Amino acid sequence: MNVLFFGITRDIVGTSELLISDLVNKPTVNDLKEYLKTRYSEFSKLTSFAVAVNNEYAKDNVPLERNDEIAIIPPVSGG
Amino acid sequence: MSENRYSRQIQLKSFGKLAQDKLANAKVLVIGAGGLGVPVLTYLNAMGVGEIGIVDNDTVSITNLHRQVLYDESDVGTLKVTVAARKLNEQNSATQIKTFATFLNVENALKIIRNYDCVVDASDNFPTRYLVNDACVILNKPFVYGALHDFEGQVSVFNADGSPTYRCLFPTMPKEDEVPNCNDNGVLGILPGIIGNLQALETVKLITGIGDLLSGTLLIFDALAQRTQKIKFPVVEENLLIKELQTSYSFSCETILESIEAIGLQDLLADKNIQLIDVRTNNEYEDEHLIGAVNIPLDEIDDRLKELDIASPVYFICQSGIRSKKALLEVKKQFPEAICINVNGGMNKLNSFANYA
Repeated sequence: MNVLFFGITRDIVGTSELLISDLVNKPTVNDLKEYLKTRYSEFSKLTSFAVAVNNEYAKDNVPLERNDEIAIIPPVSGG
Repeated sequence: MSENRYSRQIQLKSFGKLAQDKLANAKVLVIGAGGLGVPVLTYLNAMGVGEIGIVDNDTVSITNLHRQVLYDESDVGTLKVTVAARKLNEQNSATQIKTFATFLNVENALKIIRNYDCVVDASDNFPTRYLVNDACVILNKPFVYGALHDFEGQVSVFNADGSPTYRCLFPTMPKEDEVPNCNDNGVLGILPGIIGNLQALETVKLITGIGDLLSGTLLIFDALAQRTQKIKFPVVEENLLIKELQTSYSFSCETILESIEAIGLQDLLADKNIQLIDVRTNNEYEDEHLIGAVNIPLDEIDDRLKELDIASPVYFICQSGIRSKKALLEVKKQFPEAICINVNGGMNKLNSFANYA
């Protein structure tokens, strides 16, 4: 699945877009979060970030499909 | 002032005199007169919003000018609300401009916001953003949100007639060291111009009822790719039930922090040999630093604690005062008894005094 990164998560991952194909079987949003925390330790420090699946806000239990477009959206503060 | 100055927007069929009258009767509070606030203020004022309140307690600095295009070189050192009020009045003398030379805080938030129909959050920090959210929920005021990071911006309209709030999207405030701000991270001059203008547009739509609001929708703008993304998100009912403000919205460390204003540091430096640690990167230090400042970049501080003389006071400085605060907290973790002092405003503040005092 294609994952887009915004804000500080783009800096953490080092790219704005990542194709992820090695998640667990029948993954959920929570599995993706755990995957990111394992790969990129800085993710564990984030208090809250939103996950959108196909442009809709998704809770942890939402299942992910292979063709989903996912966005990782942290809060940003600059002005 | 004759009404025909607005004729070009009144002649738009779905806008018309009705919408123009709604603007004229509207009272909008803009929190922050910086990168986002400037375009918001400029367009709301030009388009005929009847009353505009401005909350800000910063002065114009030379490093603001590349993005805060309402201000000139001659305004450096003057309160932003003072300059903004004067220029907006020259632009449109019919607008009632009210200035609040203060930062929004727990004591004044409800009092100030209460008198307005809607709020524009053009602030630049999380504590203010969460305070604006909670105050607007309590007072049942819609607010137009805009925020930046690097080459990205976010825009949304929160709390409009029971629609989702900021906390529905991001329930809890990030910790201080999670997300950098514009002063530390940098910002391309035009980006707040774009995002602020989108906020002004949403504010006009909110007041007049034209079009579809970005309510329950987060717009993300990626300047480098010229791509916008719209994310729908639902209301979380409990976030609408806030009845009172928190006692504090500061980052938890702020209460225990000892600090000194940048201007005070100058006197100290002149008087005696103080231990001053510059925690910016080597490159930033090489570009410019204070005489006597020792460079220990923030990410090396943990490994180089031995270089500090903990028996005497240690002053920490960086570009804007944020990284130095983090360094200070790191040192305090290891040496709770050490006397550590943060230089508020950092090199930015010192430079504005040095050049424009």
